[in-house]
Amino acid sequence: MANLSTSYLGLTLKSPIVASSGPLCKDIGHILHMEDAGVAAVVLHSLFEEQITIESQALDRHLSEQSESYAESLSYFPDLANYNIGPDGYVEHLRKAKQAVDIPIVGSLNGVSTGGWIRYAKLIEDAGADALELNIYYMPADPAVDGARIEQMYTELVSHVKASINIPVAVKLGPYFSSIPNMARKLDKAGADGLVLFNRFYQPDLDLEALEVAPNLVLSNSSELLMRLHWVGLLYGHVGADMAITGGVHTALDVLKSMMVGGRVAMMTSALLRHGIDYVARLEADVLEWMEAHEYESIEQMQGSMSARNVAEPAAFQRANYMKVLSSYDVRTSYLH
Amino acid sequence: MHFVRWNPQMNNHRQKVTIDGNEAAAYVAHKINEVIAIYPITPSSGMGEWADQWSSEGKRNIWGTIPTVIEMQSEGGASAALHGAVQAGALSTTFTSSQGLLLMIPTMYKLAGELTPTVFHVAARTVATHALSIFGDHSDVMAVRQTGFGLLAAAGVQEVMDMALIASAASLEARIPFVHFFDGFRTTHEVGKIEQLTDDDLQAMMDDALIRSHRERAMTPDRPVLRGTAQNPDHFFQARETINPFYLACPTIVQNAMDKFAGLTGRQYHLFDYVGAPDAERIVVMMGSGAETAEETVSYLAGQGDKVGLLKVRLFRPFSVEHFIAAIPPSVKRIAVLDRTKEPGAVGEPLYSDVITALTEALDERPMPKVIGGRYGLSSKEFTPAMVKTVYDELAKPAPKNHFTVGIVDDVTHTSLAFDPEFSTEDPSTVRCLFYGLGADGTVGANKNSIKIIGEETDNFAQGYFVYDSKKAGAVTVSHLRFGPKPLHSTYLITKANFIACHQFVFLERFDVLKAAVPGAVFLLNSPYPADQVWNHLSRKVQEQIVAKKLKFYVIDGYEVARQAGMGSRINTIMQTCFFAISGVLPREEAIAKIKDAIKKTYGKRGEAVVQKNFAAVDAALDHLHQVQVPEQATSDIMVPPTVSPRAPEFVQKVVAPIIRGEGDLLPVSAMPKDGTFPTATAAWEKRNIALEVPVWDEKICIQCGKCVLVCPHATIRAKVYDKAALEGAPPTFKYTAARWKEFKDQTYTLQVAVEDCTGCSLCVEVCPVKDKSDVKRKAVNMAPQIPLREPERVNWDFFLGLPEMDKQQIKPHIVKDTQLFQPLFEFSGACAGCGETPYIKLMTQLFGDRAIIGNATGCSSIYGGNLPTTPYTVDAEGRGPTWNNSLFEDCAEFTLGLRLAVDQHTLFARDLLEKLREQVSGVLVDEILAADQSADAGVQAQRERVKLLRERLAGIDSPHARRLEAIADYLVKKSVWAIGGDGWAYDIGYGGLDHVLSTGRNVNILVLDTEVYSNTGGQMSKATPRGAVAKFAAGGKPMGKKDLSMMAMQYGNVYVGRVAMGANDVHTVKTFLEAEAHNGPSIIIAYSHCIAHGFDMVHGLEQQKAAVASGHFPLIRYNPALAAEGKNPFQLDSKAPSIPIEKYAYNETRYTMLVRSDPEAAKKLLELAQHDAQVRFKLYEHMAAMPGNGAGKEVKNG
Repeated sequence: MANLSTSYLGLTLKSPIVASSGPLCKDIGHILHMEDAGVAAVVLHSLFEEQITIESQALDRHLSEQSESYAESLSYFPDLANYNIGPDGYVEHLRKAKQAVDIPIVGSLNGVSTGGWIRYAKLIEDAGADALELNIYYMPADPAVDGARIEQMYTELVSHVKASINIPVAVKLGPYFSSIPNMARKLDKAGADGLVLFNRFYQPDLDLEALEVAPNLVLSNSSELLMRLHWVGLLYGHVGADMAITGGVHTALDVLKSMMVGGRVAMMTSALLRHGIDYVARLEADVLEWMEAHEYESIEQMQGSMSARNVAEPAAFQRANYMKVLSSYDVRTSYLH
Repeated sequence: MHFVRWNPQMNNHRQKVTIDGNEAAAYVAHKINEVIAIYPITPSSGMGEWADQWSSEGKRNIWGTIPTVIEMQSEGGASAALHGAVQAGALSTTFTSSQGLLLMIPTMYKLAGELTPTVFHVAARTVATHALSIFGDHSDVMAVRQTGFGLLAAAGVQEVMDMALIASAASLEARIPFVHFFDGFRTTHEVGKIEQLTDDDLQAMMDDALIRSHRERAMTPDRPVLRGTAQNPDHFFQARETINPFYLACPTIVQNAMDKFAGLTGRQYHLFDYVGAPDAERIVVMMGSGAETAEETVSYLAGQGDKVGLLKVRLFRPFSVEHFIAAIPPSVKRIAVLDRTKEPGAVGEPLYSDVITALTEALDERPMPKVIGGRYGLSSKEFTPAMVKTVYDELAKPAPKNHFTVGIVDDVTHTSLAFDPEFSTEDPSTVRCLFYGLGADGTVGANKNSIKIIGEETDNFAQGYFVYDSKKAGAVTVSHLRFGPKPLHSTYLITKANFIACHQFVFLERFDVLKAAVPGAVFLLNSPYPADQVWNHLSRKVQEQIVAKKLKFYVIDGYEVARQAGMGSRINTIMQTCFFAISGVLPREEAIAKIKDAIKKTYGKRGEAVVQKNFAAVDAALDHLHQVQVPEQATSDIMVPPTVSPRAPEFVQKVVAPIIRGEGDLLPVSAMPKDGTFPTATAAWEKRNIALEVPVWDEKICIQCGKCVLVCPHATIRAKVYDKAALEGAPPTFKYTAARWKEFKDQTYTLQVAVEDCTGCSLCVEVCPVKDKSDVKRKAVNMAPQIPLREPERVNWDFFLGLPEMDKQQIKPHIVKDTQLFQPLFEFSGACAGCGETPYIKLMTQLFGDRAIIGNATGCSSIYGGNLPTTPYTVDAEGRGPTWNNSLFEDCAEFTLGLRLAVDQHTLFARDLLEKLREQVSGVLVDEILAADQSADAGVQAQRERVKLLRERLAGIDSPHARRLEAIADYLVKKSVWAIGGDGWAYDIGYGGLDHVLSTGRNVNILVLDTEVYSNTGGQMSKATPRGAVAKFAAGGKPMGKKDLSMMAMQYGNVYVGRVAMGANDVHTVKTFLEAEAHNGPSIIIAYSHCIAHGFDMVHGLEQQKAAVASGHFPLIRYNPALAAEGKNPFQLDSKAPSIPIEKYAYNETRYTMLVRSDPEAAKKLLELAQHDAQVRFKLYEHMAAMPGNGAGKEVKNG
C-alpha cells in the first residue's frame, strides 16, 4: 500500500488530509470523529481577539448601562463570580481536544494588536497546541496605508510571534499581494514555518429588497483550487516554509494535485460540511486507489513533482498560460455561437 | 454615663471593609441563618441580593451549610415562609422595608405570640400616605411596635453589622423576635469604613445550646405538638399574659448580649447610650441615623461648654423604663424627643409618648423634666447640626414649643423651628467633596471605588453617600464623599465642600453647583472648552462665585479623553484620576496604582479589553488636566436661564420649578397640595436637553407611515395633518410636505421632533422602513447632533404645538398610519431611553386618554408616571386627559376595580336622575343620552355634546335632583378604566387581586407591561422571567419556565386576553388595544416590553421583540369572548410557528448569555428546556386555535 504520510511544520502526519479551521472544529465530538475518519491533523477554529474585545466591551456596557443612575435600581444584574470572558473558553477547548485525540492539533489565531497576538499565541502554546496558524484576516480598507506598510505589518507580526513561542508557526494568507513570491519570501525570512494558501475572504452580497449588505458565506468548490495550485506551484522551491493548500480541496484528485504542485498538506472544511466527516475515509481510499493505479509509492514522492520548477513547461505557470486560456475561451465561445 | 468606645487595641485582627449598611446587615444575616425568605423592596433589596448572590456562589454560614435563599411572591409570603421555617426549627431571617413590613404584620403577631426567635432586618422607609416615598423614616417601624417584636436601632454602618448580631443573639435567648432597623438610604446606602466581624465573633455570640433549644421546640412528628390553636373567651386572655416574663427579661438579655459583644470587639453598646456633658440640663432623645448627627452636634456644643446631651435609643421595644431612667443624667431639666415619623391625631409621636410615660412612671421622687416632642427627617429630609442646635436652643427657651417640626418651614400650622443653615460642626480636618455627574457617565461607581481606596488604603475614616434624581434617562447624581483622620458621624449631605467636581458642563446652567464651595476650595470641571477659553463660556453667576470664593479652578475635556480611550460617554475613571491628582489624598503614582487595582477588581471579570481601555483613560487623564488662570473679576454676560418657561402656569413656576432646580427643601408647607393632588401636564415644562443626538426628518423621502411616532417611548416625535393655511407665520426652518393620505390629499403633513425632550434613543430611526435611494444608510429620520438644532427646533416645536390637532372622528384608529395623528396624552416621561413599556401607555392615551382613569401599580410605570417633580400625563385642548393614581404595588387591580365600581355607580345614578328629570330636561335629550352608542369616538363626542346641553338645562332647574346630576353628569360619557403595572405586580404580588378582578366580569382593562423582571427595583426575578435568564434572585439562571398568565386569564371565558409585542406586529397591538377596550367586561393585555434589564442595546428593542415572537418565546394571541358569543372560536393565534430557535432570540441578551459564560452546562440545559417550552406552548396554541366554534362541545341541558 502506498505511503500517505507527509510532514508539515515539523510534524509527521499519517496523511496529507488536514481539517482546516472551520466550524466543525468547535466540537470535540466532531474532532474525535475526524480522527476516526482519517484526518491527519486538525486546525482549530480561530480565536478572534477582536471578538473577545467586542464581547468583553459589550458585556461591560450592558452590565454597566443605567447602573448607579436611579436610587431604586443601582444595578440590573447580579454580579457573578466569573464570566469566562476572553480566551479561556478557547484554551479550554484546545486542551480538551488535545486530550481527546492523538492527531496533532493546530491552534488558530486572529489578532488585532501586537500585544494580543503574542498574549494569545502564548496561551495557545501553553494549552498544548502542536503548532499555531496565524490567521491574518486583514482587509486593507484604509487608502492611506500603502502595500509596503501592510507587508511590513505581516512580517513584524510573524517575527514577534516567533520570538514569543516555541511551537511551529504557520501563516494563513490571502492572495492579494502585488508579489506573492516576494511576500512569501519575506515571511519565510521572518521565521514562518508554514504558509497556508489561501484564506477565502467572504464577500458580502447585496439584498436589493432590504437595501442591505447581506453576509454571504458560500462553501468553496474545486474551481477555487486552481489559484492555489498555481501559486504553490510557483513558490515551490523558493521558500523554506512548508506550504499548505486550503480552499477548494474537495476530491481525491484535488488532494493529489495539491501535493504535486508542492503542498505538504491539503486542508478542507467545505467538503466535510457538504459530505460529512466520514467523507474523509472515502477520500483517503480514493487517493490510495489513484496512487496505486498510477504506481506512486508515497505522497512524498509526488510532492512538488508538478511545480513550476519541475514541469516541462514552466511558462504554463506564468503569462503563457494566460494566453492559452484566452485562446481556449475564444475557441469555446466561437463554438457556442 | 455610657460612651461607645472603640478600642483599637482589641480590634487589630479584624479586617476593615468599606461597605454600605445593606451589605453589613446581609453579611451577618447570611452567616448566621439557614433559611432566608426575601422579596425586593427599596431600599432593602440590596440585602436580599447579597444573600442570594452569596448562596449562589456557595458561601456558607458559620455552621458550614449554604443558606437557602428563596424569593417569595410578596413580603407577606416571605414572612409566612420564614414563620414556617422557624416553626420547623431553622434559623431564619428576612429583609424588608415600608409597605413590605406592613404586609408582614399579621405574621409578626404570630411569630411574637409563639415566642419564636428571628430577626427581620429592616431598612426603615416612609410608608406611603399622600404619596409614595422610597426614602427613610421610621413610619414603617413604628407601625409594628405593637406586634410584640423587639425593636433594635442601628445608627450607622458599623452599628448595623454589630446590632444585626446582637439582635440575633438576644432573640435566640429571649425567644422574642426582633426587628433590627436602620435608616433607609442614609444608612442602607451609605458607604463607610467599618470593622468586619469574624466568624469567631459570630460563633461566640450564637450560643449552640440556645440553638439546640430552638430545634427542640420545632414542630416534628417525632415530638408532635399543636400550635396555632383557636382559643375562646374563657382562656385566651390568660394565655396572652403568659409571655410577660419573656418581655420583662428581654432588656437584660439584650444588654448582656451587648456586654458580651463588647468583650469580643471592644465596642460597648447599651440599651440607651448617653453622650454629651455629664451635667447636661438639656438633652435630646432619639434613635436612628439622626442620632449620629446629633452626637456630632452635641460633642461640638458640649465642647463649647453647653450643658447638653443626647440619649440614643437602641432598644425601643421592649422599652425598659429602668434602663432609660438610669441613662439620663440627674441634672437634666428639659428633654426634647425627636421622632422620625408622624402619627396624625395622636397626642404625640410614639417615642415622645413613651418617654413621657416612662418618666411619669419612674420619677417618683425626682422632679419631672419638661418634655417636648418634635418631628424631623420624614422621607430622608435632611437632618443637620443646624437643626439639632435649634432644638437645643428651643429647649432653652422659657416656653419651648411642643409638637414642633424641624427641617421644614411650616407656615400653615406654624410647628417648625427656624434654624441657621450656616451653622456647621464639620471638622476642619475632614475633607469634604461633592461630585455632580450623570448616571450614565459612571460618576457614582467611580466615587464608590474612590471611597473604598481611601478607606482601605489609607488610615483615614471614609464615608460616601450618593443622591440620585427621579429620572431613569439622563439621571443626575450627586456624590458626597468625606474622609479624614477622625471618625465620621455626619449623616447629612455636604453643604461646605473643599472639593467640587462638575462632570457635566450643562449642570452649571441647571444647578447652583458652587453654592457649597468653601473659600479656597477646588473646582474641577469637565469642560468641552480648553483652559484658556472656558472662562468666557461660564455664566456670570458661576464666575462671580469662583472669584469671590477664590476657587482653584481646573478643567479637563473628559469626553475627549474617553473618546480616545474607547470609553464612550463613561468619564468615570478619568475624573477619578483627576480627583486623586488634585486632592493629594495619596501620592500621585500610588493613587494611580490604586485606581488601576480598583479597575482590575471591578472590571477584571469582564475581560482584559475593558481593563485596558480604563487603564488607557487613566493614563491619558492627567495630560489633559489644566488649571485655569482665574481673572480677578467676573466678565461674563451669560445669565443662567430660568428653570421653566415664563409661560408655565403659576403652580409650575412656584412649586415644580424649585423642585427641578434641587431647591425643593425650601418650599414651605403652604406650597404643597394638602392631599397629594398634583396637576398633570407638567413634564412639558421640564426641558432637560439630555440627548446628544436627535432625529431629523427628511420630508422628501418620508412615506408618513407613522411607525416612528408609534414607537417613540417619550412622545417626542409627533405628526400632524393640517390645512396649509395654518402654516402662516411658520418659522423659517419649519418642515412640511403634502399629506400622503387619500382622504387628506389636499392637506399638509409635518413630522416634528421635540429636541429638548428627546432622549436620543434612536428607536425611531431603527423602525423607519424608508431608505434613501441614493444613500441607503439614510432614512426618513436620521440622527444629528442636538446642540446646533436646539434653538431652531425649539421654535419649530412651539409652532407645531400651535397647529390644530386632527379631528379624531376623521382618524381610523385601527390603522397604524392613522394612530400617529392622535395626540398622545403621555409625553416626555423620565423612563429609560428606548423604554419598551412607554409606547404602550402612550398608545393607550392616544386611543382612550381623554376618558381614561388609571390605577397604576407601583413600579417603573408609577415612577416615570408619577414621581415628582413632573408627570408625563397631560391633557388635550379641551383640558381632558388621563387621571391617575398609584395606590400600592399589590392592590392595583382591586384599586382600579374600585374606580370602575364608582364610575358605574355614578353612571347608574346619573341615568336614574335623568329619568327623574325627564320632563324638565326634555324627553328627547334624555332618550338620546340613555340610548347613546358610545362604542366609537364619534359616539363619545356626540354624547359629550349632549351632556353639555344637559348641563345647560340643569342650570335652569331648581331641584335637588338637578344639583345631584350636575355633580355626576360627566359619567354619562363613557369612561375607560385601566389598571397598569409590570409583571412583578401582575404575575406575583398582585396576582391574587388581579385574578379576582378578572373574575368579577367588570369592565376593567388591565395592561401588563411585561419586562419579565422587577425592573424598577433593579432586575429581580418574577414569575414572568423566562427559563434560563439570569436575574437578581436567580443568579444561576431561572430554572422554571415563565408563567402563562394569558392561559390563566382565558379560563374564565368572559375575559378578553391579548398578548402583544409592538415590535413584532404593530397592527396587532393597535387592534388588540381597541378590542380590549371595546369589550364590556374584564380585559388583560400582556405587552412584551424590552427593558434595560435584558442587557442589550435598546436601539434594537423592536428587532428583539420580533425575535421573541419569531422564536415562539412570546407568541401573539387574542382571546375575544365576543367571538364565542357568535359561535366562533374566541382564541386566535396571531403569530406564525417558531421560525428561529430560542437561541437566536435569547443569546442577543446579556441576561441569557451571562449564564452561558458563567455556567455553560446549566445554560445549555436550560436552553434546551426553553426550546421545549416554546414548542409545546405553540403546539397547544395551535390546537386551541384550530378548535371549532367556542370549543364547548355539545351542550348539556339542565333539567
